[in-house]
Amino acid sequence: MIIRDVRVLGGEPVDLRLHDGVIAEVGPGLKGAGEEIDGGGAIALPGLVDLHTHLREPGREDAETVETGTQSAARGGYTAVHAMANTSPVADTAGVVEQVWRLGREFGHCDVQPVGAVTVGLEGRQLAELGAMADSAARVRVFSDDGKCVSDAVLMRRALEYVKAFDGVVAQHAQEPRLTEGAQMNEGVVSGRLGLTGWPAVAEEAIIARDCLLAAHVGSRLHVCHVSTAGSVEILRWAKSKGWNVTAEVTPHHLLLTDDLVEESPVGAYNPIYKVNPPLRTRADVEALRAALADGTIDVVATDHAPHPVEDKESEWSAAAMGMIGLETALGVVQGAMVDTGLLDWAGVAERMSYAPARIGRLAGHGNPIEAGAPANLTLYDPSHRAPVDPSSFASRSRNTPYRGMTLPGRVVATFLRGKPTVLEGKLV
Amino acid sequence: MKRHLISAADLSRDEALLILDTAEELARVSERSIKKLPTLRGRTVVNLFFEDSTRTRISFEAAAKRLSADVINFSAKGSSVSKGESLKDTALTLEAMGADAVVIRHSASGAPHRLATWVHGSVVNAGDGTHEHPTQALLDAFSMRRRLGALDGRKITIVGDVLHSRVARSNVLLLHTLGAEVTLVAPPTLLPVSVDTWPCAVSYDLDAVLPKSDAVMMLRVQKERMNAAYFPSEREYSRRYGLDRDRFAKMPDDAIVMHPGPMNRGMEIAAEVADSPRSTIVEQVANGVTIRMAVLYLLLGGDTA
Repeated sequence: MIIRDVRVLGGEPVDLRLHDGVIAEVGPGLKGAGEEIDGGGAIALPGLVDLHTHLREPGREDAETVETGTQSAARGGYTAVHAMANTSPVADTAGVVEQVWRLGREFGHCDVQPVGAVTVGLEGRQLAELGAMADSAARVRVFSDDGKCVSDAVLMRRALEYVKAFDGVVAQHAQEPRLTEGAQMNEGVVSGRLGLTGWPAVAEEAIIARDCLLAAHVGSRLHVCHVSTAGSVEILRWAKSKGWNVTAEVTPHHLLLTDDLVEESPVGAYNPIYKVNPPLRTRADVEALRAALADGTIDVVATDHAPHPVEDKESEWSAAAMGMIGLETALGVVQGAMVDTGLLDWAGVAERMSYAPARIGRLAGHGNPIEAGAPANLTLYDPSHRAPVDPSSFASRSRNTPYRGMTLPGRVVATFLRGKPTVLEGKLV
Repeated sequence: MKRHLISAADLSRDEALLILDTAEELARVSERSIKKLPTLRGRTVVNLFFEDSTRTRISFEAAAKRLSADVINFSAKGSSVSKGESLKDTALTLEAMGADAVVIRHSASGAPHRLATWVHGSVVNAGDGTHEHPTQALLDAFSMRRRLGALDGRKITIVGDVLHSRVARSNVLLLHTLGAEVTLVAPPTLLPVSVDTWPCAVSYDLDAVLPKSDAVMMLRVQKERMNAAYFPSEREYSRRYGLDRDRFAKMPDDAIVMHPGPMNRGMEIAAEVADSPRSTIVEQVANGVTIRMAVLYLLLGGDTA
């Protein structure tokens, strides 16, 4: 198969020949017979890799399944996703991670790499059998209690130490639980006016500081999930300056949206579509996160795609579920927040959304540069497209997007997983 | 008037004054032997109370009935709500019954905003979580105006748990709109971290503020705060922030004492102070009915004559 007229990382137009799931040749005016796809000048990116996806299966198939979640991922340009462990049952045993991994193999429109829980039942009391998950068919390398913080300092230390034996990483949801009891939104000017219990930045920053120190002390790898504050960025910058093995991610929504949407938005005040963990922060935080993503202090954009059924969001604020879906809008948000603003070029997008997450997750078959011999995991993207976000067109089973009706740039034209198209002309294959 | 009354910030100065002036007229009606007006005959007002608040509910009920409205009391306890019905389904049910106004009390901040997106009638916020209670602020302003005259330049001190107080939020906004100078006094733990962005002054020293106050409003200290490390003990709170007899003596002779009720006598306010002639606490209750009549009248009855 030949893909004609694409611009690798936004460069000069070339053709790509795919053969046996591998990129066989890259260059202008490739000759050959067989199937051809007109790239139409689209940007070619390495297939995107999400370090932070909630597929909800097993347990909440009303919100998402492995099938619909990976369809959503493919439409967003992803060829691999890390499925978070907070399912029901929790992915805290080899049995559950293998179940998710098999579902991915069976239905997956992209590769599904299960994340294992750090503690049994995400309860923060006893380490889950991390080694068994690592040795299972799912080959788990990323461990996270996401949704809950491993707040016990001793348990966190042990987890960081223990995963060294199989080159694992602990992905921490940094949220000091006592400081965030009943917390509803970022603690600041807006929470004070709205009478919603505040979620202080320090609750995130204190855990990140502690964990960086612990990771340095035991010489292990720490990954910080969904960093959301300017203070967190400063701590990470300091930890990295020491040469410590710390990586971090930011979500698309924290690069774009701010807490004042809770007070005033096109969908009304107190609309739980904006309720998310960690909460939307201030404009100053957004600016700091963008700068940190640009200079590499934050390594990765991860979606924290968190599907919820309609009824879990159609309620009063405090009763609503936390989270927003993001797989199908991630690249557009990143283009708008980072590329169109001149903070990141397309090579930078490839690094933050493909190479780095694959490296952190130890996914060998993903996150490789587009060159001869690499697995043919590709995303073709048209950055000139403009359209309002229409949630009814999403492949995800859920509709809890904060971007409804908002005009986002760009469109994923096609996605290829090991040479096979999963999306063509913006539609699932 | 706007369609809803959800936040005191919804009211312009002219609208706030219109409500207060309308209440003055209606107060005269309340002094007659037959208190009822035919204004809202055939209109339906629903009292949708998800929190127990007999005082506020009967105040709204009396107000609606004096305007001849049909009143439906919908209490969450013992209703479908306690069986897990959502706020939206409750709203749609009320909508189908043809509610012209829904008076809502809810433990969740913002519940009236959400309700207003699902019903066509007017929504009146009767207290939402720790957010606002605009009719309380209106009745407080009405009570102050009757005692002190116009509120422009008047110095109003609000004392207590501002962080969790919907009364304080609505009062700060409304009193600012009406030109009063508000000072909040509380232990720092019971003030929002962003209080410096509010249109008021802040002090931790009640004794310094009292001599300069035209009115002092004491807020109720909720029992659950006493066990959550906001302050060391009830006695210490009372010593530092309670309005006892000695502090009362430091207030100017014509200054008034207010409390939205229910009071913790001996905690935030001493019994002698609460019962003194300069206390408006009982008047506030009576004025509550009047001000709620004015609000319902203006929201549902259209223009004033």
